[in-house]
Amino acid sequence: MSAFFAQHAFWIVTIVKIIVLLFVILTLDAYLTWFERKVVAHIQSRWGPYRVGPHGLLQPLADGLKFLFKEDPTPAGVDKFVYYLAPFLALSLALTSLAVIPFGPDPIRIFGYETNFGVADLNIGLLILYAITALGVYGVALAGWSSNSKYPLLGGLRSSAQMMSYELALTLSVVGVLLMANSFNLRDIIAAQGRHPNLGLLGWNIFPQILGFFCFFVAAVAETNRAPFDLPEAESELVAGFHTEYASFKFAMFFIAEYTSMVTVSCLCTILFFGGWLSPFPSGPIWGWTHFLPTVFLGALGLYLIWDGFHYETVFGRIVLPGIGTAFCALAALFALSPAVNAFIQGPFWFFSKVLVFLFVYVWVRGTLPRFRYDQLMAIGWKLLLPVSIGNVLLTSFAILKWGAS
Amino acid sequence: MTAQLIIFFVLAGLAVIGALSLIFQRHPIHSALSLIVVMVALAGLYLLLGAEFVAAVQIIVYAGAIMVLFVLVIMLLNAGVEERTNFSKLAATAGIPLAVALTAFLAATIAKSGPVTTGVRPGSVASTQGLATMLFREFVYPFELTSFLILVAILGALVLAQREKRS
Amino acid sequence: MVPTHYYLILSAILFGLGVVAFVFKRNVITIFMSIELMLNAVNLAFVAFSQAFGKLDGQVFVLFVIVVAAAEAAVGLGIIILIARNRQSLNVERVNLLKL
Repeated sequence: MSAFFAQHAFWIVTIVKIIVLLFVILTLDAYLTWFERKVVAHIQSRWGPYRVGPHGLLQPLADGLKFLFKEDPTPAGVDKFVYYLAPFLALSLALTSLAVIPFGPDPIRIFGYETNFGVADLNIGLLILYAITALGVYGVALAGWSSNSKYPLLGGLRSSAQMMSYELALTLSVVGVLLMANSFNLRDIIAAQGRHPNLGLLGWNIFPQILGFFCFFVAAVAETNRAPFDLPEAESELVAGFHTEYASFKFAMFFIAEYTSMVTVSCLCTILFFGGWLSPFPSGPIWGWTHFLPTVFLGALGLYLIWDGFHYETVFGRIVLPGIGTAFCALAALFALSPAVNAFIQGPFWFFSKVLVFLFVYVWVRGTLPRFRYDQLMAIGWKLLLPVSIGNVLLTSFAILKWGAS
Repeated sequence: MTAQLIIFFVLAGLAVIGALSLIFQRHPIHSALSLIVVMVALAGLYLLLGAEFVAAVQIIVYAGAIMVLFVLVIMLLNAGVEERTNFSKLAATAGIPLAVALTAFLAATIAKSGPVTTGVRPGSVASTQGLATMLFREFVYPFELTSFLILVAILGALVLAQREKRS
Repeated sequence: MVPTHYYLILSAILFGLGVVAFVFKRNVITIFMSIELMLNAVNLAFVAFSQAFGKLDGQVFVLFVIVVAAAEAAVGLGIIILIARNRQSLNVERVNLLKL
């Protein structure tokens, strides 16, 4: 039995990693919807989901059950194959793009088998991400067309034209980072930012590449059809745009695809511009206390959950919440007491905190800015972002010629 | 049967099925989807051949931009199902076996050819840097010409897509 | 190690299917797509030879073919839109004003 494991260890570990990643990402998506509704609500001076479980924490569960049990009608006259293909395509592409993202520094050892923190470590990781983004336009375009109805068709056409336009700015804005790191491999890009560990925060790509980051973030928000660029799917404009005719589960697939691409873009932002899993603190001897920051955060969160659970009278509030809080405190104690686990957890902790910051910025932008009109949207893509990203490429090339890549 | 051979046959089968589907589908959007399947299968074959940059460019540009253009035009023009063709059955019964025989003859000739086509070199991974060096040293003149070509194409598309002027 | 002639035979089959689609289909857009299929078959032959000889020239040429195909698709689809607008049909047999 163990010989079988040893021989096929690569496949088994990969499958386990895929399952774990899928589970984590789907849970993250569900609670991202909760997070978004809460944050947008607080921006708008109201409370958001409040009654379904303490702080509305069971709301995603309720939404999921609703999606599963709702009636799933198929409109008449649709092209059946394309109608069923579109949400499936959108979801599978969005989930596939997570395979090339590295979540932590390498390597880790499980039962003596050494593996990396991401599912696949490709030399052209960034190009594969772009390829999957390019194919993502099909999910939207085919969904709009196959619905056999006016509003989805218009929404689908507009949305796919928008996605194609912003893809150019997206790809070009990262070229500055690629010039500085000399590789498409995402791990190499993070390593290039960690070249001077005593600089800490200042070694990240955000400082030389502030223009590139601006272009990348705006283009990415437009590419995922979110926040101020969501005219093709806005509720008051085109009756929900290209997914009008999609009901419960198929709509849930589009929904999950959108949030997953949000997560992917946030991960890309941290990897390309904010140092990935690198700590913002320099690694000198006086900064040794920063290694205990994961412990502190997790412990504080756990204590808050325990304290908060006593307000409620329901089972979930009184028992489950403090239970989770105690688990977090125990984990925090484990990190503090065991230096091996502490060193192991540093990278992923910083990575996930930065991803959460970017997700918050995404939701913040959605709650704050009004929608762009379609011609304004296309004008920004072609007349503002494209020249700025090309200018960034030129500037970065001259700077590298003059001063070298560091 | 090594793993590479199995992957090759799977991808090749996918490409041929896609091409056959392009011919036999009646609605142009299904033909477009079949062509996308062919392109993705070919990108997989390029990866198998060690050309990773070309595979990525194939998906980003060909399957991700050019085919989107096709799909958008099909949607815009609302292309419907094709009309029935009126071929003679004789042409089909004589032509198809002849075509298959011709292809088999060509394939046999290729398979029996000299040692240069047996590919004994190990698949060395083509680096983007190598491609870029070649593009900017030996092929710099065609490279600049293609930039003019793209400019001409943009201008042509703009001119063609204009609405008619009311005079 | 997959022998090179496997790739060449596949390329020939795809090219042949492209020619068949070009000859037998009526819709202008489908004919245009068969041209793209033929170009893809040629690209496969280029990359196969590039690997067989160990040089990168084949792959550089593939990049050029993709660029030219993009430019051609843009202009060609513009022409197709005009044809559809002027002849009110996408059937290639209706575009026969120059026929004797």
